[in-house]
Amino acid sequence: MTQPLKLRRVPAGNSFLRRLSADRPARAVYVALALLIVLGWLLFALDGGRFLSQENIVGIQQRSAALGIVAIGQTLVILAGSLDLSVAYLISLTSLVAAEIMAGADANVPAAVAAVLAVSALTGLVNGLIVTRLRVHAFIATLGVALIIRGALDERYDGPAGGVPESFQHLGYDRVGPFPVSALLWAAVGACAWLLLSRTRLGYRIYAVGGDAEVARLSGVRTERVVVAVHVLCSVCAGIAGLLLASRLGAGAPTVGTDGGYDLESIAAVVLGGTALAGGRGGVAGTVGGVLLLAVLDSIFNQLEVNSFAKDVVRGVVLVAALAIHARRRRTA
Amino acid sequence: MPGTAGRLDGWGHVLKMTGIGKSFLGVRVLTGVDLEASAGQVHAVVGENGAGKSTLMKILAGVHAPDEGKIEIDGRSVAFHHPVEAQRAGVAIIYQELTLLPERTVAENVFLGREPVRRGLVDRAAMESATGELLSSLGEESFGPRDLVRRLSVAQQQVVEIAKALSLNARIVVMDEPTAALADHEVELLYTLVRRLTGRGIAVLYISHRLREIFELADRITVLKDGARVTTAAASSLDTATLIRLMVGRELDSYYPPRATEPPGEVVLSVRGGGNARLHGIDLDLRAGEIVGVAGLQGSGRTELAKALFGAEPFTSGEMTPCRPRSARAGVAAGIGLVTEDRKAEGLLLNQRVRDNALLVARAVRRRQPGIERLLERVRLNPPRPAQEVRLLSGGNQQKVVLAKWMTVAPRVLLFDEPTRGVDVGAKAAIHELMRELAGDGVAILMISSELPELLGMSDRVVVLRDGRIAGELPAGATEEAVMHLAAGS
Repeated sequence: MTQPLKLRRVPAGNSFLRRLSADRPARAVYVALALLIVLGWLLFALDGGRFLSQENIVGIQQRSAALGIVAIGQTLVILAGSLDLSVAYLISLTSLVAAEIMAGADANVPAAVAAVLAVSALTGLVNGLIVTRLRVHAFIATLGVALIIRGALDERYDGPAGGVPESFQHLGYDRVGPFPVSALLWAAVGACAWLLLSRTRLGYRIYAVGGDAEVARLSGVRTERVVVAVHVLCSVCAGIAGLLLASRLGAGAPTVGTDGGYDLESIAAVVLGGTALAGGRGGVAGTVGGVLLLAVLDSIFNQLEVNSFAKDVVRGVVLVAALAIHARRRRTA
Repeated sequence: MPGTAGRLDGWGHVLKMTGIGKSFLGVRVLTGVDLEASAGQVHAVVGENGAGKSTLMKILAGVHAPDEGKIEIDGRSVAFHHPVEAQRAGVAIIYQELTLLPERTVAENVFLGREPVRRGLVDRAAMESATGELLSSLGEESFGPRDLVRRLSVAQQQVVEIAKALSLNARIVVMDEPTAALADHEVELLYTLVRRLTGRGIAVLYISHRLREIFELADRITVLKDGARVTTAAASSLDTATLIRLMVGRELDSYYPPRATEPPGEVVLSVRGGGNARLHGIDLDLRAGEIVGVAGLQGSGRTELAKALFGAEPFTSGEMTPCRPRSARAGVAAGIGLVTEDRKAEGLLLNQRVRDNALLVARAVRRRQPGIERLLERVRLNPPRPAQEVRLLSGGNQQKVVLAKWMTVAPRVLLFDEPTRGVDVGAKAAIHELMRELAGDGVAILMISSELPELLGMSDRVVVLRDGRIAGELPAGATEEAVMHLAAGS
């Protein structure tokens, strides 16, 4: 699913192919992913299991889908030089909005989906306007919005609420061949983001604003609009993830976003994929690799029954090591 | 100039700026300046630092609005409120610091903000082929539209900027010190490029300190001094000596503290054959009690020299006694201090108090901290309030805080890089007095300044740099012309 994306990013049959691919930090994350898969395969074999079993592959895809969708939104924001810490609470909120409006009835599904998209787009608009108009740093702006959403959730909900009809649960559990529907949704979101970044004016401006906002401004780019747009898109991605999680749970839950740690994990996946935290460099392909890397790591931990503290330690080490390697590659490039 | 007589009469000027005046915070930087540019000609604008060249160009580019005067392009009166408006009117500026996105390709940079679209998607093929055509029309074959700008040299990046200007259908191209960051062989390529531009009927405004380039390229020359136009003349009617006299000819009107009467003391810092990427074969002795001035054009390696002596960007070859510092910290430990050119970025923590800034170096090297009041009094900070945030101080007071920072560790050598840039007259005199006082206490001082009167007024001798080498040394009584001749290599 990710291979076609990666191949299309490098213009085929181009004599610059080698030099360009050296400039694509996405490549490093796929090399790491391949190594990790070999390692996983060895460990599973020693343990008497099969790493590349269909069950395990499906499991990896399913676990990554929600994070993957959020991380794609996060990629857009980070590329433009901003950041979104409100995605985790927004996921919880949208899962509740979806489940409450559906209330177990098939007929309510379209309305619920529309409401989720509207709520998330509005949240993104607020984030974007706080960052551009009030000139609050994105870190604080989105943290503030996150706290506001948390307050509203804590006030109204103690636990899961609403109900998702069985028809909508297909999104979370069905498969087409070896591909879960959720993973296909992730692929679709990823493909749209890739198209946006590589083939539309907005995409070009996202890179320009993140690369150097002043240069972009002097070239006639309306930088504030770009920042608002990426925040809206990122929040819509979080909303889609909220829908997906609601369909898995069969209900909405006020802690589904924070339990998954979608805010910091999505940022981790983006930087693992080689996107610069300061913006202007990177892309969707790397993020997809970063998400898969985290998911494969998870599945190895599960098979080996590593305890959760050790898991976090290893993930922390992987993240720091990956960034140190990226920094080194850039210096020597 | 055959065939151009009509243009010189005043019709056919692509650009006509008349009576331009501009003040910043009550300080007059331009007064009644006239400037014209004709299609297919290179018009050089020359003058010392602070003569107003950059401000004039920024007014043309729509970065600043003029207080008075008017601008006409092709006979139509224009007023720009934003750089993009100037761009649309056909004015393109190639700044000293290039304004490109390093992580994007050449084509993406050329069409930034104006990407061609087909059926809703960016038409990459069209963008790249148009960029390719522009590049080949400029005779550029060493790189292509798909290369990342980060991988290009400065000279190649300039070509990208020029291609961008051409894609905007610029009629007037302003080049601000385009050769400052170029190697010798690249300068020749730039000449060719400029001639290609004029060949297309573009009016080029060329700003440079380097007189050789100006006589090589310019059809006409305008000399600015102290914010006013001295003259505009055909390049063929001027020679180097005349031009230098027009640029600097001024009375030495400022007061400088008297020089030391005693001969300088022992050598406290000595370099033999010092070199790194930007400097070559530097031989220099600094003696206790002496102020050595350093002159040179932009890009001649003045700042690099100070940073190498200090250790921030160390020499990689050569001998240095008592020791060759390899880091800023080593420089401080060796008793060397550097008052940097850009005090806001490199000299001060702007959001912190005077006290914390003044004690920064002492704390870094765990030296006993001196009484803050006496320190501030010594540097004549006015008013001496240690709890004030540094960003709220005037430029002059900020510079005094930088000085205080170094005085806490009693350095044996102090390097001053443009110590009075952006400082008012009163503070300037105070800083000059302080420098002389420090020298009197036995500190060896090196002073870089692009203001020649200051340099000649303060220094006991002047070392002139050119292209990273020492071009010569002049005694205290040297004239501005002598310095300029050495610096420009004429």
